Amino acid sequence: MTTRVIAPRRSGPSRIRTGEGVAGWVFTAPIIIILGVFLFIPVLMALWVSVSDWTGRGSPLSGNVSFVGLDNYAAVTTGGGLPERNFGISLRNIAWYTLLVVPLQTILSLFLAVLVSRAILRGRGVFRTAFYFPSVTSTVAIVVLWLFLFSTNGVINEVLSWFGINGPNWFSDPRGIVHIAAGAVGLGAGPEALVSSGFLGITWWEWLAGPSVALSAFILMAVFTTSGTFMLLFVAALQGVGVELGEAGMMDGATGWQRFWHITLPQLRPTLFTVLTLGLIGCWQMFEQIYTGTQGGPGKTTLTPAYLSYQSAFISQDWGQGSAIAFILFVIIIFFTIVQRWLLRERPVSKRRARRYQVRGQRS
Amino acid sequence: MTSNTRALASAGALVVAGALVLSGCGGSGFDDTGDSGDAGDGGLTSSDDALSILIGSSGEAETAAVEEAVAAWSAESGVDATVSVANDLPQQLSQGFAAGSPPDLFYLAPEAIAGYAGNGSLVAYGSELENIDDFYPSLVENFTVEDEFYCAPKDFSTLALIINTDLWEAAGFTEADIPTTWEELSAVSSALTTDGRVGLAFGPEYQRVGTFMAQAGGGMVVDGEAIANSSENVEALEYVQEHMVDGTFAYSSDIGAGWGGEAFGKQLAAMVIEGNWIGGAMSADFPDVPYIVAELPAGPAGQGTLQFTNCWGMAADSPNQQAALELVEYLTSTEQQLAFSEAFGPMPSIASAADAWTDANPDLGAFLTGADYAQFPPNQEGSVDVIADFNAQLESLKTGDPQQILDSVQANLEAVTG
Repeated sequence: MTTRVIAPRRSGPSRIRTGEGVAGWVFTAPIIIILGVFLFIPVLMALWVSVSDWTGRGSPLSGNVSFVGLDNYAAVTTGGGLPERNFGISLRNIAWYTLLVVPLQTILSLFLAVLVSRAILRGRGVFRTAFYFPSVTSTVAIVVLWLFLFSTNGVINEVLSWFGINGPNWFSDPRGIVHIAAGAVGLGAGPEALVSSGFLGITWWEWLAGPSVALSAFILMAVFTTSGTFMLLFVAALQGVGVELGEAGMMDGATGWQRFWHITLPQLRPTLFTVLTLGLIGCWQMFEQIYTGTQGGPGKTTLTPAYLSYQSAFISQDWGQGSAIAFILFVIIIFFTIVQRWLLRERPVSKRRARRYQVRGQRS
Repeated sequence: MTSNTRALASAGALVVAGALVLSGCGGSGFDDTGDSGDAGDGGLTSSDDALSILIGSSGEAETAAVEEAVAAWSAESGVDATVSVANDLPQQLSQGFAAGSPPDLFYLAPEAIAGYAGNGSLVAYGSELENIDDFYPSLVENFTVEDEFYCAPKDFSTLALIINTDLWEAAGFTEADIPTTWEELSAVSSALTTDGRVGLAFGPEYQRVGTFMAQAGGGMVVDGEAIANSSENVEALEYVQEHMVDGTFAYSSDIGAGWGGEAFGKQLAAMVIEGNWIGGAMSADFPDVPYIVAELPAGPAGQGTLQFTNCWGMAADSPNQQAALELVEYLTSTEQQLAFSEAFGPMPSIASAADAWTDANPDLGAFLTGADYAQFPPNQEGSVDVIADFNAQLESLKTGDPQQILDSVQANLEAVTG
């Protein structure tokens, strides 16, 4: 039995009366103005700064600031000096960070959501609260906690030592984990082909270094803190997934894994997109952990584009370069979001695939 | 009724929106500025405006001491002055300069001067100081950019060798054994190294390792020329590397300490290279660890250390620079600097306070004698990034190639020394 909701037919003229139009604008005015003053105007000014030679004194719109075209963008992408190298290093770091954090946090949060959504689990509320707790704690507090846990003589290394493992010097170890693995199999210096050439001022061998041990600690932290939030999104989505389809699958003899993979997961697609997108954006914008924790060290291996942008502007007084980095970051995030959207788009079921679901000539 | 309510609501929304527009645009953020401050060489501005002073404080003792001194000056001169403590000084300063409303006086690090001087945010008032001849010449040089002495050094620190006397005596050493050469340093470090403790520790940065470069006769910039990859510097890094490999030297971070003082206090190292600030940390956190302060040993080219200092920067946009100058002269006077030294530990930046300071701090004399042969980190615009990159490479000095590290530093440094 289904219920149909019939939209009430609109009486009166179809065009909105002028008075209502004005009232509409008046009611939306506050948010438009707030967004304008605190978002659009600053963004436009930052865009201007990124193509100007503003040095940080007085207004960027004053007469003695001039347009320099793409000079600032060129300095960080093709300049050949420290700015380019720093930008290359920060991109390397954040790419590895994103590559590891996004899949890990998505898988973990989905796993936790499925666990705490199971009807037979006792004390679900307790688990949900526990998993969600890191998300409501301030990042700064967690960074400080992490610095303690991962210090050389900290809890993590103490626990590792019970198993005979000599833990690393987490936050002061600049070695990339891929390099460590390569070193273990005797590839200490890297093949000549990768060392001799590079991109953005760092060699391909350095690009392949992997996250440093210090950055790995931040990766663990990000997974730990964000999984709770995303778990909540998945829990909400799982509640919207009807039990009927699952029961139908059970009748057809699908195993638990098949039901999850072929029935539940496809219905979570919109949430999956949200989680992946939020995760991706959060990763690329990583800043406060670095600002409060390591300031880019050890060996610049936790330098991120967002922190580099801040550092270039506020510490080195290269405001143009700082804004340029911010806008390049913006373009990168937009690009990856579009790619993700395209990958996760709703596809029509292909004919070959549709045929598999047809049961002995019956049309479904 | 409903239309009345709607009209009221619309009016209310308009008022709110209007208020937002006003408050949004009324902030001083992007007003055109520059009329009050262009005092490059045409004298200092003067007015009845109150002074604002922004400091980056090391703690309550420093804040209280500065507040007290400024209040005393205010009472004497009749000019109001308020002290604020920045939690992120470079950021707050930059915001002030961009908004055209910077503090009148502020702590300023030497490496930040070139950047702010380049965009005209600072006024070079050094030559106007009455007590200009009293400042140590190396400090004046530290704050001189393109032949302009920008600001008065407020105090300074140098690095020395801090020795744990318990461990020293346990190893059978006496005061006569305090190392004066690299060979002796190697010998005592080796003797003091035990399981779980290194002989000598220091932070993984140029700001500590640079002392060896100075002792070898090297440095970063001499007469405006980058000399980062000189053979002296290579020799220094090779010496450090050799002893990191044999386990008698270590970076504080490699033995689980945040900085040298922590490594020393936790007795993870028998000796560290640190500055005056270690005194406060030791009495606060590790009061039971006895130590002495000795001069750093001489290298192949003699003695060498590094000095660190901050100055009282003055804003070009300040409307009352004349009063600010008087306040600086007051704050850098002999009496006042001795009071600061007693309150939070830095060394006076003026020669006339040296004797009184040495009398008051007989055990810390090594820090002050360091002023005679101290080098300072490069202060050219962009040098902060060069040092940051150098520090990043120094972290892996133990396994790195000193020549290669210094070559890359040289290339970066040449780009900023121009």
